[in-house]
Amino acid sequence: MNFDLDPADAAFQAEMRAFIRQALPADIARRGRQGFHATHDDVQTWMRILNARGLAAVHWPEQYGGTDWSPLRRHLFQVELRAAGAPVPDQAALELVGPVLYTFGDEVQKARYLPAILNADTFWCQGFSEPNAGSDLASLKTSAVRDGDHYVVNGQKTWTSEAHKADMMFALVRTDAEARPQAGISFLLIDMKSPGVTVRPIYTINEGLSVNEVFFDNVRVPVENLVGDENRGWGYAKFLLTNERTMSAETPHTAFDLAMVKQIAAVELRGGRPLIEDPLFSARLARFEIELRALETAVLRVLHMGEGDPALNATASVLKLRGSELRQRIADLAVEALGDHGLAVFPDVEGQDNMDVLAPVPPAPDYAAGWLSRAMFRRATTIYGGANEIQRTIIAKSVLGL
Amino acid sequence: MDFSLTEEQAALKESARRLCERDYGFERRRHLLRGAEGFSRDLWKTFADLGWLGAGLAEDDFGYGGGPVETALLQEEFGRVLLVEPYLSCAIIAARAIVALADPARKEALLAPLVEGKKLIALAHNEAALRGDDAAVKTQAARTAEGWRLNGRKAFVLGGSSADVLLVSARTPGGVTLFEVPAGAAGLEVIGYHAVDGRRVADLVLTEVVLGDSARIGAEGGALAGIELAVDHGVIALMAECVGAMDAALWLTRGYLSTRKQFGVTLNTFQALQHRMADMLVETELARSMLLRGIAALSDPDPEARRAGVSAAKVQIAEAAVKVTGEAIQMHGGIGVTEEYVVGHFYKRAVLARGLFGSIDLHLERFAAWSRKAVA
Repeated sequence: MNFDLDPADAAFQAEMRAFIRQALPADIARRGRQGFHATHDDVQTWMRILNARGLAAVHWPEQYGGTDWSPLRRHLFQVELRAAGAPVPDQAALELVGPVLYTFGDEVQKARYLPAILNADTFWCQGFSEPNAGSDLASLKTSAVRDGDHYVVNGQKTWTSEAHKADMMFALVRTDAEARPQAGISFLLIDMKSPGVTVRPIYTINEGLSVNEVFFDNVRVPVENLVGDENRGWGYAKFLLTNERTMSAETPHTAFDLAMVKQIAAVELRGGRPLIEDPLFSARLARFEIELRALETAVLRVLHMGEGDPALNATASVLKLRGSELRQRIADLAVEALGDHGLAVFPDVEGQDNMDVLAPVPPAPDYAAGWLSRAMFRRATTIYGGANEIQRTIIAKSVLGL
Repeated sequence: MDFSLTEEQAALKESARRLCERDYGFERRRHLLRGAEGFSRDLWKTFADLGWLGAGLAEDDFGYGGGPVETALLQEEFGRVLLVEPYLSCAIIAARAIVALADPARKEALLAPLVEGKKLIALAHNEAALRGDDAAVKTQAARTAEGWRLNGRKAFVLGGSSADVLLVSARTPGGVTLFEVPAGAAGLEVIGYHAVDGRRVADLVLTEVVLGDSARIGAEGGALAGIELAVDHGVIALMAECVGAMDAALWLTRGYLSTRKQFGVTLNTFQALQHRMADMLVETELARSMLLRGIAALSDPDPEARRAGVSAAKVQIAEAAVKVTGEAIQMHGGIGVTEEYVVGHFYKRAVLARGLFGSIDLHLERFAAWSRKAVA
């Protein structure tokens, strides 16, 4: 065992830090620190800067524009991106549909979609959940019926992140109503500008817009937009969700949040002294920081385990469950640390997704902006990508064999 | 960075698991606890023969070239079977104090027989009022013409009742000093008793214990840093025991739920229990990761960062151990609180681990103070 970062990896990390500091436009970084959802333009600008350096999708295979970096280096790059407040790129494209396309797509699909993802020319959304198919995804009902060279799609998706900004959707649709639920599902790429597609915003409790309902009314989708084989979509979706689970527990995000909370606690006063010197508050902060340490080490262990490692499942199971809870709790702690400022609604004045475009800005310090919004939105972190109760059932069955 | 075990480390872990599973059944353990010393001298000799007593010591320190990783591997296996031999007190804490403070001649005089299993040594540093504050020693050592005269009381000394040599810390004009005191020294009373998890401990009453200056280990007033380092090694080793105990309790409970029937079905079919078991697994895995981070902290050259890292490990792992082993009792139902069944004893060890070397509050405070400094 050796717990030190190899000198070459440490040098790599320093190089990435310097690159990001130089390349990330100051106004984008400032908005990033406020913690609202990044704007379409900020994401696009930043992804194009990264793409020009070949760094838009470092976890993809080299032949599709990725890198040959080790899992550790990819993680270190994430750590540095988050620490700098860089916008979170189009995750649906980079993390979810991209890997499905280069693994199961045909050559035409790869050539058409992958470069456009890397350069943020095309934004994507994920059409999986439906009103009656949440955790029980296989019960989805949106149908695609073959009609000549097209599928005709009817139905409804919901909780669709970023659908209002997306150019394309990758959707699970039912192509065989007679087969058992998992066997009749296909993986279809749908142009959001197709006639018959309607996007309706769902404002969430942070008074912001990031999720939507999407309705399909006789939407005609060319058959060449089918990924892989008809009725095999469930397998591709499972592949995709496995990728989602191992996305490193988002510890780089949480570490960034923690650093910000410490800064807040150093200036906010209670009883005349900084909160960080308050024994009760500092004990809570310490517990948090300690748990983050444990989780970060779990992430590093997973990054160093081979696919076949017998310990992988047990260790990885920690990540989604605890990672999501921790993200929730840190935003909560920030709200408490901010006192009244944490309770005031601070609209996302520079963004495009505020529910009330005329909402007044409270007279509060800059560092208060965004925290309430984050704390409210993060109630979703333990729900999306498979609710934590589902995760517990998976752990009980697949790891403990109960 | 590399989290995999070397071949030697894997072999060490394997041999420890085999021996513990073969020779350390719960009934044997109960029998040992009822004996005069509360552990097995035969087994201790076996440990020496296998090289385990020097597994965590460098070759220059009469060991076999290992370090805290080797120590943790053994301790984790010991935790699985709730071993009661004084490994932690002698082979880890006392040995580390000697490594940190003794000159070469005394290292040879103490460490060589310790590693060979011929001498049991214990660090007698703790006092009733210390509660993890290692600097707050009250036992006094006064200068005499030939050496020193010690007065005071040491408390809850791990391995103290069977030790041949006690390493006693005492306040001297220059600070805290460590002394080598033979178990039979005039004026030394050893009051043995047993701790919650069965292991033997002792209070020492020192009344006018007269020592030559040759009994002093290291510089006068210069022992605190070395004692703190030894204690830190002890804390991490104890946390390794906790990880073993948690893992064993978890899988024992898993087996129980899969066989015990109520309402006509096995208990593992109840989702309320499945989800709690999942949480136990998550706590155990997080503790396992934190243990690695704690081992890494031991080699931090900055003593404050090292102590903070050790405190973080203690908070995370000891609390998880109490939680997981407590849940293991609950899921066993009534059998879980009986003395004759093993699961409750995992809990007892976790409770000991939580309280030893300072409370959770103390360690939280220590970590918070360091973290605050890191911001400023």
